[in-house]
Amino acid sequence: MKKQFFTYPILVLSIIFTGCSDDDPIPTPVNEEELITTMTITLSPDGGGTDIVLKTVDMDGDGGNAPVVTITGGNLSAGTTYNGSIELLNASETPAENITEEVQEEAEEHQFFYTIGSGLDVTTTYEDEDGDGNPIGVEFTLVANTVSAGDLTFTLRHEPNKSAAGVADGDITNAGGETDITETFSVTVE
Amino acid sequence: MRNYALAILLLFSYLAISQNCKYTLSGKVLDLHDGSVLYGATLVVSETEAIIQTSLEGVYTISNLCKNTSYSIKVLHSSCESKTFDVKISEDTKRDFKLEHHLEELNEIILEGKAYDNNTNTVLENNVSKETLERFSTGALGDALNSLSGVSSLNKGNGIVKPIVNGLHSSRIIMINNGVRMQDQEWGAEHAPNIDVNSVGRLTLVKSAGALQYGGDAMGGVIIAEALKVPVKDSLYGKTMSSLTSNGRGGVLTSTLTKSYAKGWYGTAQGSLKRFGDFEAADYVLSNTGIIEQNASLRLGLNKFNYGIEAYFSFFSNEIGILRASHLHGAADQVRAFDSDMPLIINDFTYNIGAPRQNVKHQLARIKGFKTIENFGTLSLQYDYQQNNRFEFDIRRGDDKDKAAIDLKLGTHTLLLDFENNFERQLNIKSGVMTRYQNNFANPNTGVRRLIPDYDKYDLGIYLLGDYTLNDRWLLEAGARFDYTQMDVYKYYRTSFWEERNYDILYPEIVVDDLGTQVLANPNLKFHNASATVGAKYSFNDDYHLFLNYALASRAPNPSELFSEGLHHSGARIELGDLSFNSEVGHKISATLQRDHDRFSFSINPYINSISDFIIIEPTKVLETIRGNFQVWEYRQTNAQLLGVDIDAAYKFTDKLSFTHQWSIVKGYDRSRDMPLISMPPIATKNEISFEHPKFYNLKLALQSEYVFAQNEYPDTNFEVYIPETETWELLDTSTPPSAYHLLNFNSSIDLKLNKTSFLTVGLGITNILNTSYRNYLNLQRFYADDLGQNILLNLKFNY
Repeated sequence: MKKQFFTYPILVLSIIFTGCSDDDPIPTPVNEEELITTMTITLSPDGGGTDIVLKTVDMDGDGGNAPVVTITGGNLSAGTTYNGSIELLNASETPAENITEEVQEEAEEHQFFYTIGSGLDVTTTYEDEDGDGNPIGVEFTLVANTVSAGDLTFTLRHEPNKSAAGVADGDITNAGGETDITETFSVTVE
Repeated sequence: MRNYALAILLLFSYLAISQNCKYTLSGKVLDLHDGSVLYGATLVVSETEAIIQTSLEGVYTISNLCKNTSYSIKVLHSSCESKTFDVKISEDTKRDFKLEHHLEELNEIILEGKAYDNNTNTVLENNVSKETLERFSTGALGDALNSLSGVSSLNKGNGIVKPIVNGLHSSRIIMINNGVRMQDQEWGAEHAPNIDVNSVGRLTLVKSAGALQYGGDAMGGVIIAEALKVPVKDSLYGKTMSSLTSNGRGGVLTSTLTKSYAKGWYGTAQGSLKRFGDFEAADYVLSNTGIIEQNASLRLGLNKFNYGIEAYFSFFSNEIGILRASHLHGAADQVRAFDSDMPLIINDFTYNIGAPRQNVKHQLARIKGFKTIENFGTLSLQYDYQQNNRFEFDIRRGDDKDKAAIDLKLGTHTLLLDFENNFERQLNIKSGVMTRYQNNFANPNTGVRRLIPDYDKYDLGIYLLGDYTLNDRWLLEAGARFDYTQMDVYKYYRTSFWEERNYDILYPEIVVDDLGTQVLANPNLKFHNASATVGAKYSFNDDYHLFLNYALASRAPNPSELFSEGLHHSGARIELGDLSFNSEVGHKISATLQRDHDRFSFSINPYINSISDFIIIEPTKVLETIRGNFQVWEYRQTNAQLLGVDIDAAYKFTDKLSFTHQWSIVKGYDRSRDMPLISMPPIATKNEISFEHPKFYNLKLALQSEYVFAQNEYPDTNFEVYIPETETWELLDTSTPPSAYHLLNFNSSIDLKLNKTSFLTVGLGITNILNTSYRNYLNLQRFYADDLGQNILLNLKFNY
C-alpha cells in the first residue's frame, strides 16, 4: 500500500521529466585505455639459447585480484650476457594494445629502472635512448655475474627528472615522477 | 505608489487587529551618533506586519497595540544599519529608537516589509556580514564561512574549500543558493560549492537540521546564500570592486548593477572574473595551483505587496589547478613524498594551469512566484533547473593526454510548493511539498572507468513546520518532514569486486549483462526518511535569550558512498563503496545562551550529535596491483557521536575600540569501535581587536589572531610499504596531524566620498603577516606542501 502511495507522484514526475533526457538508459561499458595489464620482460642469452621470460599479469587493473607473477625458461646462467626487452600490453582490449609503443613515442617522459636486490649479482646497462640522449630502458643488457639469488625489480616512471643525479645511470633515488608499473621478481643465477 | 501600498498595508493591519488593543507607541527615530532626526525611516512591527514611516520631524506613531504584549519592531533607514528593538506594551508608551548611521547607503536600502525571514526560531543563526563577504572577494565561499565559529573547512589546496559545520561536511550540509538547493556533486571531498562569493548579499548558517523547509538530511546544518533585497522605488545603483593579491599575483573584478522601479519591477545583473597564477607557501611556489573563474548572474522580478514573481539565472565556471606534487601513483610514491619536507615538484611561477586540474561549470535557472491571500497566507511556487558539468584532468599518457579522466553531467529539476501562514499573530505555519528529478550521466569517452555511475533519481518531500509565541518569554517550535528517494542506477562492476563482495549471491537479480571482466548491474534503491524538530526559545529579558533545539535528521547514502569502486587518483587510494547501505539517522541536541547587548554580547552553543549508521571512509588494507601497492579505503557504517561547543563574544571598550573572540571545539567518536573519528577539526580560536572612526573617512582597522591547535585525537591509519630500492619496509604516516599554528591577519579600510551618491572604499589587508610555514590537518594537500604564505590584498570598491 505504502509503495503505491509514492508510485503515483513518482510516475507523474517521470512523465514530466523524461522528456528532457535523451540519454540511452543502458550505458556503454568503459575499457580502461591507459591500463597496463601485462608486463613481459624477455631475456635472450647472447649467442643463442632459451629465452627467460619474466611476466606479471593483472587483468582487472587497480583493485580486485592481485597480479600473477611467473618466470619461465629457468634460471640465469652465471657469466652469461642477456639482451633484455620489455613489452607492456593492455590485454583488456581486443586486440591487445601495445603500450610499449606509447612509452617509446613519449620517450622523454618515461624511463624504466632496474633495481637489483642485495645478494643478487647481476649488472644492467641501458641500450636505448630518447631524443635528449637519455635512457628509456625498453631495451637493455643484463649480465649475470656470479652464482647468487635475490630480487630484481622493474619500475616504469612517468615524467621522471632524467637530469637529476644518477638517474641517467639507472639510479631511481632522485628520479621523482609517478610509478606507472612496478613488479619485483625473485631470480636466481646458477 | 508607495503611499498606495502603505495604505493597503495599514488597512490590512487594521483589519487584523482585535479590539482589545488600543495602546499607542510613539517617539522619534534618531541618529545614534549626533542625535539628529531621521525622516523617512520605516518601522516594521513583526507581530502585526504593520509598516509605519517617520514624518519629516522623525516622529512615528504605532497604534492599536495590545496590553502586556511584546513587539519586536524593526527600524530601517536608507542610510543606516537596520535594527530590531523589542518593546513591551503595558500602557501608551513613548520611546526613541537610535540607529547607527553608515555610509553604504545604496546597498542597504530596504523599505518594505520584514526584510528577511528567520529560517528557524529555536537555533541561533549566524550571519556572515556583507563586509566580511567583500573581504573574502578573492577567496572561496568556504573561506568566508570559515569566519564563523563552529565552521572550519576541508581544503584541497587553497582553491577547493568545503565548509565543515560542527565537524560534518559534504552531503551532510545543505547549501541553498537563492532558494535553490545546490546539486553540484557535493558528495566529493574535493568538490567545493559552486557559488561565487561575490554574488552573495547575505550568508546565513543554521547549525542544525531544524530548517526542515530545505531538506531533512542536513546532519551538519544549512548554509543559505541570498541576494540583497531590492527596494520598491525608482532607483539605479551598483558597485564595482577590484581586489588584487600579492600571493597568486592575481585578482578579482566584480560588478553589480541594480535597477528598480516604484511599480515593483526590478533587475540585478552581476558578474565577476577571477584570475590567479601559482600560489606560494612561505618558502616555495605551490606549482600548478592557479585559478580562473568566471561567474555571472541575472535577476529579474516584480515585487508587489501581495504577489510577485522572480526569475534568476546564474552561471559559474572555474578551472582550478591541483598541486602538481600531490599527484602520485601508489604507496611507494607516497613514501617518497611524505619523507620530503618540500614538494617533490617545484617549478617557476606561472599563470598556466596544467594537469592535474578540474574544470566545473554550474548553471542554474529558477523561477518563483508568490501570492498572498488575505486571511489565509502566502503560497509560493518555484521551479528550478541546475546543470553541473565536472571535468577532472589527470596526468595521462598517449592519445588520452588532453582528455578528461572524469566527465560528469548532473542535471536536476526541482518543483517546490510552499505555503506560509499566520492564522493569528502567535502562530506561524510553514508547509510544503518538494519533487525532484535528477539524472547523472558519466561520459564513457574518458577511457577511465566511471567513478560515479549513470543514474536517475526521484525525490519527494513533504514538511510541516510551526512556531507558536506562547508569551513574551516563550516561543515554541516544532516540525516534521518526510522524504522518499528512489535511485535507478546502471553500473559496471569489476567481476572480481562483484564476487569478492558476494554481490553475485546477494543480488543476482539485478545483473543485466555479464561482459566477463565486468558485470552490468541495475540496482533500484528506495529510501524512506523521516526528520523532525522541536525547540524552544526563552527570553529572560531584552538581553538574555536561551535557544533549545532537538533535530532528527535522516540522510540517504550518496552515490559515492554506494558505488565508489576503483582508484581515486587525487588521493592515490582505492575507494570502495557498499551497495547495501541504509540511511544515516542523526539526533542533534543543541542549546545556545545568548546575550544581545551593545557593550558586551556573547553566545555559548554546546551541542551533541548522535548519528546511527554514520557512513565513514577509512583505510582497511593494502592492495597489490601492477602499479604497486595502494591503500584501500572502504566505506562502512557505524554509530558516531560528535560533541562540541562554539563560543562567540564581543566587547566594546569605547564607541571606537572593540574586541571579539571565537572558540570552537568539536570531538567525534566512533562509538561502535570506541575510537576517534578521522578528519575532525582541531580546536580553533580567533581573537580580534578593531578600531573604528566613522568621522574620519570611516576608518576601520582590525588585527586578528588565529590559533589552531594540533588535533590530538585521531585513528591510526598508518601502514607499511616495501621499498625495493632500499629493501626495507617504510612506515607511511597518513594519520599524525600537523602541529598547532598561529596566524596574524590585518585588515583596514577607509571610505572616500566622491559625490552625493557615490563613494570609494579603499581597503588594505595582510593575511599570514609573519609568513608562517604551517600545515592544516583538514587540507588534503598537507602531506605534500605547506599552506599559503603571506598575502597582501588591496581592495578598491566603488559604490554608485
